[in-house]
Amino acid sequence: MTKRTFHDAYREWKEKTESFLTKFPERKQSFVTSSGIEVDRLYVGSDENPSDWERIGFPGEYPFTRGIRPTMYRGRLWTMRQYAGFGSAEETNRRFRYLLEQGQTGLSVAFDLPTQIGYDSDDPMAKGEVGKVGVAIDSLEDMERLLEGIPLDQVSTSMTINAPASVLLAMYIAVGEKQGVPSHQLRGTIQNDILKEYIARGTYIFPPQPSMRLITDVFAYSAEHVPKWNTISISGYHIREAGSTAVQEVAFTLANGIAYVEAAVKAGLDVDQFAPRLSFFFNAHNHFFEEIAKFRAARRLWARIMRERFGARDPRSWQLRFHTQTGGSTLTAQQPDNNIVRVTLQALAAVLGGTQSLHTNARDEALALPTEESARIALRTQQIIAYECGVADTVDPLGGSYFVEALTDRIEEEAVRYIQKIDDLGGAVSAVEQGYMQREIHRVALETQRRIESGEEVVVGMNRFRLEDEPQPPLHRVDPALERKQVERVQALRARRDGQRVQETLAALKRAAEGTDNLMPHILACVKAYATVGEICHALRDVFGEYQPV
Amino acid sequence: MNRPIRVLVAKPGLDGHDRGALIIAQALRDEGMEVIYTGLRQSPAQIVATAIQEDVDVIGLSCLSGAHNELFPEVTRLLKEQGADDIIVIGGGVIPQEDIPFLKQHGIAEVFTSGTTTRETAEFIRQAVKAREAQT
Repeated sequence: MTKRTFHDAYREWKEKTESFLTKFPERKQSFVTSSGIEVDRLYVGSDENPSDWERIGFPGEYPFTRGIRPTMYRGRLWTMRQYAGFGSAEETNRRFRYLLEQGQTGLSVAFDLPTQIGYDSDDPMAKGEVGKVGVAIDSLEDMERLLEGIPLDQVSTSMTINAPASVLLAMYIAVGEKQGVPSHQLRGTIQNDILKEYIARGTYIFPPQPSMRLITDVFAYSAEHVPKWNTISISGYHIREAGSTAVQEVAFTLANGIAYVEAAVKAGLDVDQFAPRLSFFFNAHNHFFEEIAKFRAARRLWARIMRERFGARDPRSWQLRFHTQTGGSTLTAQQPDNNIVRVTLQALAAVLGGTQSLHTNARDEALALPTEESARIALRTQQIIAYECGVADTVDPLGGSYFVEALTDRIEEEAVRYIQKIDDLGGAVSAVEQGYMQREIHRVALETQRRIESGEEVVVGMNRFRLEDEPQPPLHRVDPALERKQVERVQALRARRDGQRVQETLAALKRAAEGTDNLMPHILACVKAYATVGEICHALRDVFGEYQPV
Repeated sequence: MNRPIRVLVAKPGLDGHDRGALIIAQALRDEGMEVIYTGLRQSPAQIVATAIQEDVDVIGLSCLSGAHNELFPEVTRLLKEQGADDIIVIGGGVIPQEDIPFLKQHGIAEVFTSGTTTRETAEFIRQAVKAREAQT
């Protein structure tokens, strides 16, 4: 094969983009600056034959450094998806509707900790936690209330649920059926990434091996029945919040991604059958250029891994699609309005890095869950970036910047070294079991803390430029009576439903868990019988056991 | 007191964010204290049992989920019930200023939120233990 020149490649890209445009037109006929200067779709530099063009490539083409679509935000803006949930299903439903009215374009559900760890609201373990960090969901009945009046064929929903992801996906499918929306029309994402729970977030239930099976069962079931669903969101976000560097965030996340792909291939799935539905979730912290470079490096590295390591042939399998959330741990309780500025810079980095979806944190999140007002300001921040400042009008505006390209290369190289180290330890599952990532992150978290305490790392308003006697902003409070009401509700449900049917479906689930059947149809049957999250997870605990950390 | 100060760092409830707990545990060790970390998802009863068994001077509770108003006072209540309320209890995490007086009323000696240095925490512990020794 003769080597393509830059000129040929660029011409081919332009031709392909023209045909792409007939199917997916751009948002406007032309994009201009405030002075009326026309903004081009893509800038490739003045050099007619730049030496590194093959390494960087073109947007929408392997290795996707410059973005996964040829027109990026000129075609369609990222999804504005604010993470929300608290108290009861009704209260959260009201916040969802408010955010949709305010122009949010996708839902993102926060669940309370008992739901995330597979306990019902009346379980002794749930005491004090019901409805606190998210909405309390005990059964299909709560899920019906949560999604009431929200057309599931029109909205895509992301659910931050990991250990019991199969259960919540089953509930979503069941609500869809009741609304008359067949499962193949449902669009959304379940986080469903258990490895980062052991590493960074702590909301695991089962040991790694059965957890991996639950995940590959979701891949297999969804490929057939819920084909538009993102079956996992492989999450670096929490790895970063636990204290990692940007390089570690990329490396550990992609190493976990490799483990999921390997597990699915081992379970007999064809890589191109499930890989296009894998999605990712990254953080955006304060170092503006490093964050932009991080996203570009992650995209290129994943494309290489999927094509070269796993032999994926479908270009959609090579594409790293990701959601971004601004960095919760970068926010300060002191002078909370400063957080609006931090979030703006972080969100801008995510957009310049080519994210598909974005959550902007609210200014008061270092203190409590966001109030309605602070949630709205956070959403407005995204809207201002999207509609007012022009960064969405050309593809990968920082591509070709000496600094950004050098950082992109460097992050990729360092991430590759980490991934090799994890391979040497026997892969991500084994490295997690040995506590390797946990130790690496803890080491960096301590170093960061020391730098902040010594003042070497400046945190405005916290270790420098402090105010005495700061006024406290009004905070969102979860009604303390909620827990009691939710307990009464789940107990009333247990008394009312067909108990025999519940017992039968739970028994069938246990038998399946002991064997090798795909568990999804069994979980769906339990859910439809109004078995609770706690009952379903306890049935699986009986078979799989619980994870004990190292 | 001749032996080093002993501290139990504990995560009550279901919150899995232990970055702060791990950092404070290491920092207090660096300050010469003996530190035991319970790991995640401890009930107040488990925390109190461990504290008594390990004969600690201080319990440091960390919670980011908003369940502190229920979980922290339960720890002090159980300590009292078991005659171990000479153990000093401090707390930290995502805790609004307005909750701090309530927690103090329920026997939490001090609440450290984000922005507190590990040195300040260590100093508070030393002073509090010294004051308690003076009383007995």
